[in-house]
Amino acid sequence: MSASSPSSEPILRVEHLTMRFGGLIAVNDLSFDVARGQITALIGPNGAGKTTVFNCITGFYKPTAGRMALFSGGVQTDHAVETVTNSPRSYRRTAKGAVFLLERLADSEIAARAKVARTFQNIRLFTGMTVLENLIVAQHNWLNRASGYSLLGIIGAPSFRKAEAQAVDLAVAWLDRIGLTGRADDPAGALPYGDQRRLEIARAMCTGPVLLCLDEPAAGLNPRESAELNELLLSIRDGNGTSILLIEHDMSVVMEISDHIVVLEYGTKISDGTPDHIRNDPKVIAAYLGVEDEEVGETEAELEK
Amino acid sequence: MANPKADAPREGDRQPVGISTALRDAGFLALFTLGLSFPILAFRTRQDLTQGLVLDPRWELVATVVAIAFFARLGWLVFGGTITQAATAAANAIGQSLEPVAKYKDWFRWAGLAVLIAYPFLAVAFTGASGALKWIDNFGIQILIYVMLGWGLNIVVGLAGLLDLGYVAFYAVGAYSTALLSTQFGFSFWICLPLAGIFAAFWGVLLGFPVLRLRGDYLAIVTLAFGEIIRLVLINWVELTNGAAGISGIPRPTFFGLPFNASDDGFAAFFGLQFTPLHRLFFLFYLILALAFLTNWVTIRMRRLPIGRAWEALREDEIACRSLGIDTVTTKLTAFAMGAMFGGFAGAFFAARLGFISPESFIFMESAVILSIVVLGGMGSQVGVAIAAVVMIGGTELLRELTWLKSVFGPQFDPTQYRMLLFGMAMVAMMVCRPRGLISNREPSIVLNEKRTIGGDLVKEGHG
Repeated sequence: MSASSPSSEPILRVEHLTMRFGGLIAVNDLSFDVARGQITALIGPNGAGKTTVFNCITGFYKPTAGRMALFSGGVQTDHAVETVTNSPRSYRRTAKGAVFLLERLADSEIAARAKVARTFQNIRLFTGMTVLENLIVAQHNWLNRASGYSLLGIIGAPSFRKAEAQAVDLAVAWLDRIGLTGRADDPAGALPYGDQRRLEIARAMCTGPVLLCLDEPAAGLNPRESAELNELLLSIRDGNGTSILLIEHDMSVVMEISDHIVVLEYGTKISDGTPDHIRNDPKVIAAYLGVEDEEVGETEAELEK
Repeated sequence: MANPKADAPREGDRQPVGISTALRDAGFLALFTLGLSFPILAFRTRQDLTQGLVLDPRWELVATVVAIAFFARLGWLVFGGTITQAATAAANAIGQSLEPVAKYKDWFRWAGLAVLIAYPFLAVAFTGASGALKWIDNFGIQILIYVMLGWGLNIVVGLAGLLDLGYVAFYAVGAYSTALLSTQFGFSFWICLPLAGIFAAFWGVLLGFPVLRLRGDYLAIVTLAFGEIIRLVLINWVELTNGAAGISGIPRPTFFGLPFNASDDGFAAFFGLQFTPLHRLFFLFYLILALAFLTNWVTIRMRRLPIGRAWEALREDEIACRSLGIDTVTTKLTAFAMGAMFGGFAGAFFAARLGFISPESFIFMESAVILSIVVLGGMGSQVGVAIAAVVMIGGTELLRELTWLKSVFGPQFDPTQYRMLLFGMAMVAMMVCRPRGLISNREPSIVLNEKRTIGGDLVKEGHG
C-alpha cells in the first residue's frame, strides 16, 4: 500500500480526548488526526478503548474532556476552530464548508449535520425490514424534507415521488456495488452474516457521509469476504471520496488498506503512523501482541508473512 | 380409563405419561384446586333478617370444580398429545385449503367494503326496523369505534413500538373537548371533530415529551399513570367537567345542518322521508365507517412515507436510527400525536353518538381492551387489528344474545358476566398458538421487484 504523506489535511481532529466511567479511565488524553480521503485504522488489544473513542466521535457517549473538530468541505483555519470553541455554538459555517465540534452535538445530529456515519460491532440492521427499506430509511432526513414533512407525501405529490425514485436509485446503486440487488426485497435479518456486514456499510453510505466510522467491519468474515470488504472500502475511499475511520482486529484488512494507523493501549496512544511504521514499531508489537521484549524480533518476522 | 400405551404416536417433545404418573399429577392438581376454591367458592355470604352474616356452604360446587380439574388434567395428560396433533393437522389443513383464496385478495377487499356499506340496509332487511337498531348500534357502530381506536393505537404500539397503556386518555380528551365545546360554546359537531383531534394530538405530544427517554416497562407504567391522571382530573375538576356525574345534552351530529328529528326542518322532512330513528343510526354508522377508513388510509399512506418507515425503524432498532441521523424525538412525538389524534376523533364521535359522557367510560379497562385488540390482531397489521376488534367487541356483544344459556344454567345466569373470563381464555389461547397475533407477517413498505411478506419472527416488537 502506498503510504500517503502524513501531512495531508485532516477531516477530523481529536484533541485531548478523555472518557472516564466513574473511576475507570477508558480513554486518556488521546489526540490524533483522521486524514481527509484516507483510511485510518484504530487498533489495539481488547479493552484498549477503541469502541469508546468511536462512541465519543459518533455522539453515543459524551466525552469527559477533549475536543473533536470535524472539518466539513475543506481545509479549515485554526482561527475558525478557536472561534467556534469559544462560542457557545456547536458548529460554524466558513467560506469552505463548516467546522463541527462533535462533543457538543447529539448522536443523531452528528449523523444528520456533521455527516458522520457509523456501523456497529454487533450488526444493527432493521432485521424486519427489507434490504431496500434499510437503505431508504438511511435517506430519511432529505426524503422527509422532500415529503414536505409528510404533508406533500400524504397527498402523493409528484415532487415527493420523484425524490423517492431518486432514493431508490441510490439504494439500487449501492445494492449493485455490494452484490445484493437480487435480494432487495428480502428481509435484512434473513441475509447471511457477511452480506449483513456489507449491507450495514451500504446503509451508512446512503446517508451521504463525509466520514465513515466502521467498528470491526471484518469481524466474522471469511478470507474471501474480507478481501471483498477491502475492495469495497477502497472503492468508497477512491470513488466516493469518503474518509474512513475503522476499528479492526483483522491485520490482513488493516495492513492492506489503511493509509494511517493509530494504536491504542489502555486508552493511551502508543503509536501513530503508516502501516510500515506501525509494523516495525517494537512498542506496538510488544503491546498489541503482548510479548516479551526479547521476542519482538520473532514476532516481527511472524507479522511479515 | 384409557391405556396410555394405546395412543402411541405423540409429539416429539411430549414424553409419554404413565397412568400412575398421570393420576398422581391430576390428584395433585385436584388438591391444589381444592385449596384455591375453598376460600373462594366454598361459602356464599348473605345477610339474614337481623343484618347478621350467614355463610351458606356450597360443597357440591367445590366438589364439581375439583372433579373437573382432576379429570381435565388426567384427560390432557393421557390424550393431550393426540389432541394437539389433531389440532395442528386441522389448522394446517385449513391453512392449505385457504391458500388459493389469497389470489382473490382484491376481490375480497371490494366485497368486504360492499358488505360494510350495505350492512345497515342488510340489518334492516333481515331483522326489521326495530331489530336493526341493535345490530347497527351495538354491533356495527360499537365495533367500528374499537376498530378505529385499535388502528389509532396501532400507530404507536404496532408501528413505532412504543407500549402505551394509557391510550384511553386521548379518547377521553377527544370526548370531553367535544362535550365542553359544544355545550359551553355551542360549536357544532363538525367543528368539534377536528378540534378534538387537535387537542388529543396536543396531549399526545405533552405526554410524549416526558416519556421520550423511557423504554419498555417504564414507558408502560408512565402511560398507564397518565391515563389514570386524566380520568381522575375528569372526576375531580367538578367546575369544568361536572365530575362523576358527567356531561349530558351534547348536541347530536347533524347532516350538513339538518338535525335528525321529526321537526319540519329535519333530515326526514327535507328529503321527504318518513321520520324514523334509524336515519340517525345510519348516519352515525357511515360516519364512524368513514372515520375508521380515514384512519386506515392515513396509516397506510404514512407507512409508505419517510416518517412511517422511521417509526418502523425505531421499533426495529433505536440506536441504529440515531446513527443514521433520524431525530428520534420528533419521530416518537409524531407517532404519539398521530395515534392520539385518531383517538381524539373517536372520542368526539363517541360523545356525539351518546349525547352523554362521564369518566366511567374512560377507565383503564378500555385501554387494556384496545391494547389487547392491537396485540391479538398482530402488531402493525391493519387487517389483523380489524379482525381482532370484531372478535373481541362483537364477541362480547354476542354473549348478550346467548339467552338460551339461561335455560341451561338457570334464569339468573348472565353470560356477559363471564366476558372477562372468556377474554382471558382467548388471550391465553392466542399467546400459546399465535404468540405474535393473528397476522404477524409484515408487508414491506416499498418494493423493488417482487413483493414478499416478512415473517413475524424477524420483525421486532420494539422495546418501548
